[in-house]
Amino acid sequence: MAKEKEKNQEQKTETVKVQNKNKKVVSYNKWGIIFLLPFVIVYLVFQLIPLVSTIVYSFFEYYDDGLDMVGPNFKAFGNYIKLFANKDLFVYAGNTLIMWIMGFIPQIIISLLLAAWFSDPRLRLKAAGFFKTVIYLPNLIMASAFAMLFFTLFSKTGPVNSILMDLGLFSEEYAFLDHEWSTRGLVAFMNFLMWFGNTTILLMAGMMGIDPALFEAAEVDGATSTQVFFRISLPLLRPILVYVLITSLIGGLQMFDVPQILTKGTGNPLMGSNLTTMTLIMNLNRHLSVSKNYGMAGTLSVLLFIITAILSFIVFKVSTRKD
Amino acid sequence: MRENKTSKGFGIGARRVIAYIVLIFLTFLCLFWFYVLFINATRSNANLSKGFTPLPGVSFMDNWNSMIHGTLPVFNGMFNSFFVAACSAILSTYFSTMTAYAIHAYNFKYKNAIFTFILMIMTIPTQVTALGFIRLVDKMGLMNNFIPLIVPSIAAPVVFFYMKQYMESTLPLAFVEAARIDGSSEFHTFNFIVLPMMKPAIAVQAIFTFVGSWNNYFTPALILSTDEKKKTLPILIAQLRSADWLKFDMGQVYMMIAFSIFPVIVVYLILSRFIVSGVALGGVKG
Amino acid sequence: MKKKVLSALLVTALMATMVAGCGSNSGSGSKAKASLADGGKVLNIYCWNEEFKSRLEDHYPGYTKVDATTGKIGDVTVKFTIVPSDDNAYQNNLDSTLKKQKDAAADDKIDLFLVEADYALKYVDTDYTVNLADLGITSSDLADQYSYTQDIVKDSNGNLKGSSWQACSAGLIYNREVAKAVLGTDDPAKVQEAVGSWAKYNETAAKVAGAGYVMCSVNDTYRVYSNNVSGKWVQNDKIVVDANMKNWVDDSKKLVDSKAENTNDLWSDDWAKAKYPDGKTFCYFGPAWFFNFCLDSGEEGSIANKGGWGYCVGPQSYYWGGTWICAANNTDNKTLVTDIIKTMTTDKAVLKEIAQKDADCVNSKTVLAELSSDNSGNLALLGGQNPYKQLADGAEKVDLSNLSKYDQACNEEFQKAMGNYFKGNCSYEEALESFYKAVQAKHPALTY
Repeated sequence: MAKEKEKNQEQKTETVKVQNKNKKVVSYNKWGIIFLLPFVIVYLVFQLIPLVSTIVYSFFEYYDDGLDMVGPNFKAFGNYIKLFANKDLFVYAGNTLIMWIMGFIPQIIISLLLAAWFSDPRLRLKAAGFFKTVIYLPNLIMASAFAMLFFTLFSKTGPVNSILMDLGLFSEEYAFLDHEWSTRGLVAFMNFLMWFGNTTILLMAGMMGIDPALFEAAEVDGATSTQVFFRISLPLLRPILVYVLITSLIGGLQMFDVPQILTKGTGNPLMGSNLTTMTLIMNLNRHLSVSKNYGMAGTLSVLLFIITAILSFIVFKVSTRKD
Repeated sequence: MRENKTSKGFGIGARRVIAYIVLIFLTFLCLFWFYVLFINATRSNANLSKGFTPLPGVSFMDNWNSMIHGTLPVFNGMFNSFFVAACSAILSTYFSTMTAYAIHAYNFKYKNAIFTFILMIMTIPTQVTALGFIRLVDKMGLMNNFIPLIVPSIAAPVVFFYMKQYMESTLPLAFVEAARIDGSSEFHTFNFIVLPMMKPAIAVQAIFTFVGSWNNYFTPALILSTDEKKKTLPILIAQLRSADWLKFDMGQVYMMIAFSIFPVIVVYLILSRFIVSGVALGGVKG
Repeated sequence: MKKKVLSALLVTALMATMVAGCGSNSGSGSKAKASLADGGKVLNIYCWNEEFKSRLEDHYPGYTKVDATTGKIGDVTVKFTIVPSDDNAYQNNLDSTLKKQKDAAADDKIDLFLVEADYALKYVDTDYTVNLADLGITSSDLADQYSYTQDIVKDSNGNLKGSSWQACSAGLIYNREVAKAVLGTDDPAKVQEAVGSWAKYNETAAKVAGAGYVMCSVNDTYRVYSNNVSGKWVQNDKIVVDANMKNWVDDSKKLVDSKAENTNDLWSDDWAKAKYPDGKTFCYFGPAWFFNFCLDSGEEGSIANKGGWGYCVGPQSYYWGGTWICAANNTDNKTLVTDIIKTMTTDKAVLKEIAQKDADCVNSKTVLAELSSDNSGNLALLGGQNPYKQLADGAEKVDLSNLSKYDQACNEEFQKAMGNYFKGNCSYEEALESFYKAVQAKHPALTY
């Protein structure tokens, strides 16, 4: 800034016209900074300061024990050592990953299939608009209400059991939420329902972007649609597939609403002595709002931050790569 | 060659049938739950305890009344959710467009560094900073207040990025220059020339920000945890699982879930074409 | 360079606020005199459900309802802050507000708050609660109350810090239809014989299962066992599982395996189905508040609606729940607070009204004696049976010497963890380990 002012001073000797022009350019660009300010200030206050203080907290022993408060006592990496020594962290990370994979695999398969169908001009599907509307619908439903709905529908005496028994498929009620794989399955299924429409539309947009000449050439060469899909569509979709995969993984890491409400925050059922549906963010939430353990919450947050930072870096590389 | 052709012709027909079957099945998977929800919202608690029936009951009004007179302030909750979501959507789109415009139309020191920085923080989830955030909000005395849920949406990297991409394809700097020659001030140019040109992108992002905020549970649950009148709909829904509220009337519970889901469905059906194409647009650009 | 300075500043600022924010807390143990004032315009009441609010609305003279969470007494506005108790939410909120109580604006100061037996000690033994004697409530005012209701809210020096309108001795509430079908009788005395000890209860359970019904949920019997333990949950900061808790686990596991009991969570939809004939369930365990609050007697088609329940003491006498009113230190509505506690928990006319309108078992020996002596205590939902004699006898027997301030966390987590064992998801040892870990997560200072 100071240098620019100096420059201006020097320019005084030059002609009035040139001087004016220069001044104008400078004052225009000043507006760029003004326009940037709201974002920067809000970001600093509501995200950067919290981020820094979260990191600071992670080095302290600091929790509420009822009416008493313990700490803050500086523990250096004490919380980190505790966190890693306790195998629960890996159990929760495993739960999160398992439920994400269980939802993501059907999601990506169905989405690729649908995207291929919708964008295949030879198939001429009718009512494509209707189907697109329907499959995207669950994405907009409040996840908490959706989870509450599934909880009531799949309860032991709920409508799903009642229907399955009426149809003669079940001889007695099945307690979906008492068994680990059915509970995880429900969480994964809901994640699938909520996200496959979104993924389909993204992949479709990617397929539309492929040069039609390639398909025409393939047709001339007598390629089957399976060959076209695997030899042309899929390789060209690779960047967008990677994008979908990583953003979904980042979303998966944040999995919270659905298992939280479905299991009432308990992360039950147990398998051995391990909770099977407790996710990383549910665990963070327990530290934040149930046990008020700010030190451990900070440590866990830092860990999540590092993981997402790595994943984000991959997204960044993929989406800014020019080919 | 001949063989190949017939098999392909047959293939198209069969594939079409398979496609329809799969699509109808998926449609069923997407809609069935809402159908059951609708049916059950019309049945009384005693009736519900007898099992499922495919036809609606007659207790819609009873359930509606018990929801209105019930202990959970659902109308309040809906208003709160709407207020927070609407304010977030407005602030987020307006300021993100402004930020994008700053990067797009001007040149200043560190511009590229700032742009890269925003891209890098784009995917950091809010949960990661939640601890520092609630401690800060507590110290500011803003617990049980809408401000910490609304104001941070000014800094929305994802919306910014979308706006930036959209600007690159639709806002030539010549327009800005022309406005300058006409003597329009920079702020005026932004509000009355740039914003109108960005309308389609703003609308798409406003919808997404609105929906995101409307559905958000994690942060509001931490900020609005104790004032019943300030709670948003997702928090109230979550409370249905808590013993102290559930007055053991499932008809009422279904009615509340329906109340929080069906308005969104109706609005979505009205705007659906627009939303679906908006997602596609974001996908290509992102 | 600038960035470095900025971040250094940020960090120092944060550290400063962190350190300043704490260190001045922790009120337990000190012996400061209560500071009480009058003339406040807002009376803040903290509670976890609607119960006390409706009691106040219905029975406190001069109370007028304004909306769902506010009311008026004279020119004082009564404001209820209702936070559900699940996952410590109620206590966490109460704790953080109490810690700020001294410096809070007059209209934000808590005046009254409610506590449950499971964690009453946590508040009673601190200066956040006011000695009833300091409010001018004398022991003669409270003479008609059951002594167990006072033991719960006495601090370590024997000062009384709270008062309750309920005496929550509890028993077995059975479905008369099922009793007739299985035992051939629905007479309370005969049914009591069939469930009078755990051995007999288990025998009856086998019969009930044989006839195609279930007894109840394992979580229903939980309190009966947990009230009859020989030691506290936490001893010298170590979590201890009492032998009687192990009995609950063993008995329940057998009953679940033979399908005589189910594992439904209390208050869940599945559990609540037993209030209707289609639920095919023999009984609930519960105190008097259960009659009114939980049995859906207003619902067409429910068992209670037809007067289809009966009441007997069951295998062991126990108590469940109950709500105590505590006056918060630094209240600015001393006179009103005193009058509410006095009226709602000692005024015999009001207590009798509560018993008759809400079927509550009130904390007054005289009123319970009156109710059990004539037909005024007959309850329609029990088919006209008068349970007050048994309830009053039970209240005399309640023993609370094994209460600790960790009970809520321990009881909640023990049921959760053992539920998994009953359902066959894990072994007893594994369930136990997960129970220890869960309690420790809530109270990091405890060991096991």
